Amino acid sequence: MITVIAIVTDGLVYAAWLFVVAIGLTLIFGVMKILNVAHGAFYAFGAYAAATAIGLYFDRGWPVVGGYLAIATAAIAIGLLMGYILERVFLRRVYGKDEVVVVLITYALFLILEDVLILIWGTDGRSAYQPYTEAGSFTVGGLPLSVYDIGLVGFAALLAIAASYTIKKTTFGRLLTAVIYDRETAAAFGVDVSRVYTVTFLVGAVLGALGGALTAPKISVTPGLGVEVIVLAFAVVAIGGMGSMEGALVGALIVGLFRAGAVHLIPQLELFSIYAVMALVLVFRPQGLFSRAQPRKI
Amino acid sequence: MQGMTASAWWVRKVSVAALLAAMPAVAGAQTAPAVPPVKLGLVTFLTGPAAGPFGIPGRNSAEIMIEMLNAGKVPAPYATAGLAGATIVPKFVDEAGSSANQVTEFRNLVQRDGMNAVVGYISSGNCLAVAPVAEELKALTVFWDCGTPRIFEERPLKYVFRATPHATMDNVAAARYVLKKFPDLASFSGINQNYAWGQDSWRDFVAAMKALAPKATVDKELLPKLFAGEFGAEISALLTTNSKVVHSSFWDGDLESFIVQSGARGLPARSTMVYTAGETAMFRLGAKIPDGTIIGARGPHGVMAPDTPLNRWFRQVYEDRFATAPTYPAYHMAQSILGLKAAWEKAAAAKGGQQPAIDDVVKAFEGIEFEGPSAKIRMAIGNGHQGIADIAYGSFRFNKAEGKPEIVDIVRYPAECVNPPANMTSTAWLEAGMPGAKCN
Repeated sequence: MITVIAIVTDGLVYAAWLFVVAIGLTLIFGVMKILNVAHGAFYAFGAYAAATAIGLYFDRGWPVVGGYLAIATAAIAIGLLMGYILERVFLRRVYGKDEVVVVLITYALFLILEDVLILIWGTDGRSAYQPYTEAGSFTVGGLPLSVYDIGLVGFAALLAIAASYTIKKTTFGRLLTAVIYDRETAAAFGVDVSRVYTVTFLVGAVLGALGGALTAPKISVTPGLGVEVIVLAFAVVAIGGMGSMEGALVGALIVGLFRAGAVHLIPQLELFSIYAVMALVLVFRPQGLFSRAQPRKI
Repeated sequence: MQGMTASAWWVRKVSVAALLAAMPAVAGAQTAPAVPPVKLGLVTFLTGPAAGPFGIPGRNSAEIMIEMLNAGKVPAPYATAGLAGATIVPKFVDEAGSSANQVTEFRNLVQRDGMNAVVGYISSGNCLAVAPVAEELKALTVFWDCGTPRIFEERPLKYVFRATPHATMDNVAAARYVLKKFPDLASFSGINQNYAWGQDSWRDFVAAMKALAPKATVDKELLPKLFAGEFGAEISALLTTNSKVVHSSFWDGDLESFIVQSGARGLPARSTMVYTAGETAMFRLGAKIPDGTIIGARGPHGVMAPDTPLNRWFRQVYEDRFATAPTYPAYHMAQSILGLKAAWEKAAAAKGGQQPAIDDVVKAFEGIEFEGPSAKIRMAIGNGHQGIADIAYGSFRFNKAEGKPEIVDIVRYPAECVNPPANMTSTAWLEAGMPGAKCN
């Protein structure tokens, strides 16, 4: 029984983390048709910014609860700054260009930003564990669980609800949907596509940074952490369907639960399980589980 | 000579003659064959997750050792300048990237940059990839930190040396220390990174436990990928066992992340953790490491090092320069460079003080014994290419009164107690029950 509890909770925690990381990636792809490799850099900068903010905050002996606010503030600030610079300086110039060119540009930006990160923060790892350790733990069925981890599951659930509400119930969401379906038609109807792109990229960047910022209290923040994440995020997005938020959620859940099951039951297959699921899904649905049917353009 | 007196003419002639006579001496002094510098390639992680805890301490150690050796300021027996009088000119290369990339960089160092020797590599995967290329290029190569025992066990190597003992020593000593603490241990688990270092470490620990405590069984055997960072599921899996001991050869950010995540979920309250490379994290994490955690330093390094003049000097110059204590990677780098110097100067002495050829250094390096900052190294196994040394293990304690971490209950194991003999591979020795081990 304890193993079942462990698989479910571990799967949910891992899925929550994956979803927070992947949702920004899939949002940018869905709206802008950009496979943004630089998303890994948003994640890494978010983690470093949060680690720095947490360090500054807790060094002053301020209350623990404010530390979580420091994480969010750091992520939003760095996400907005990076997103704005990248979109204005680089991506705006290549909208409408071949997707391969855009991917190469984001890949180049990712590599450059990895070095920028080292220039700013150095090569030494950074620790910012207080928000994780101070949150404490509780026990379910004999299994100790971290409050921070379960909080992450709650946050991911709220994020999914907020994303769904925004897309379906708000004016901006409807504009977004119009651009997703057909950019040119949306523009013909007076939608300011350029503005939609800018806002989308900024939101995606903030979500990527938030993923890193929320992970920072759990890990030793070191250069190179964005590389690991971007590969996993791509796997999740590919399973769910490129550009689909529901797909990102379901993809994250599938990967999270399969991985947790593998760790507990057949640990040798941990890594294999993630990519085996991806391969299996893509064999039967190459467009992913939730990808929309594409209108044929003549 | 118009307008010049006879005496003035003679003065001038004598002066010119004297000048001409002196010229060969001056010219000779200017062109006397200077000792050419020794170009030394140094490969270590300068970026990436392994840079902070491993690569940078190694680089820092190399920086001060080379500077001090060139200035002749290292205490005896290394007080002579450079390598037999030749100035060491270092070139640092980042170890980050794939093994294939490291092979390319190694070729560049040897073939393009003309390095006389290379001291390099933290990752066992990189050592395994570079070793055959070093042989192909006949390039003197000293591995300074990678731990896999397979380097010299899978094939004989001529140009490759490793002055730091391999992982078998770490894990045999860990098993001995664990059984000293828990003589009736019924079961244990392990979490190690899924590549050469992690797999070899776990294999050796299990084999040593089987030899020393045949009734102890393995509960969980976890091998997450390198640099995974997130270990929630693995910690749950370990929490569902009854293991009194959990073995881990984690290093870098994975080590620190695992310590924090497992601590927050109470794993150390159920199982005593054994970190064979834990010393690198003790100053960075301090009180985050639970008291009683068993800590290794891949040798008698750092706070477990003996108080010798060479060690005191090394710690002092390192702390003065970098404002932090040297951890074991710094020791590994220092002893690798000192091993190279010992071999170089032995070869030079055999040639009457002349600079030796690389093949002379290779010959001198085989089977050499030399003093490291923390232990005597004997190149006793791997056909004289692999060093062995004593090792120490201890238990972590955070000294709240002084606000600093410390290691207590330190036990030292002689080299022959924890290393295979020259005529056996690690695996064969462990499977045979460690015959010939001398622990007293």
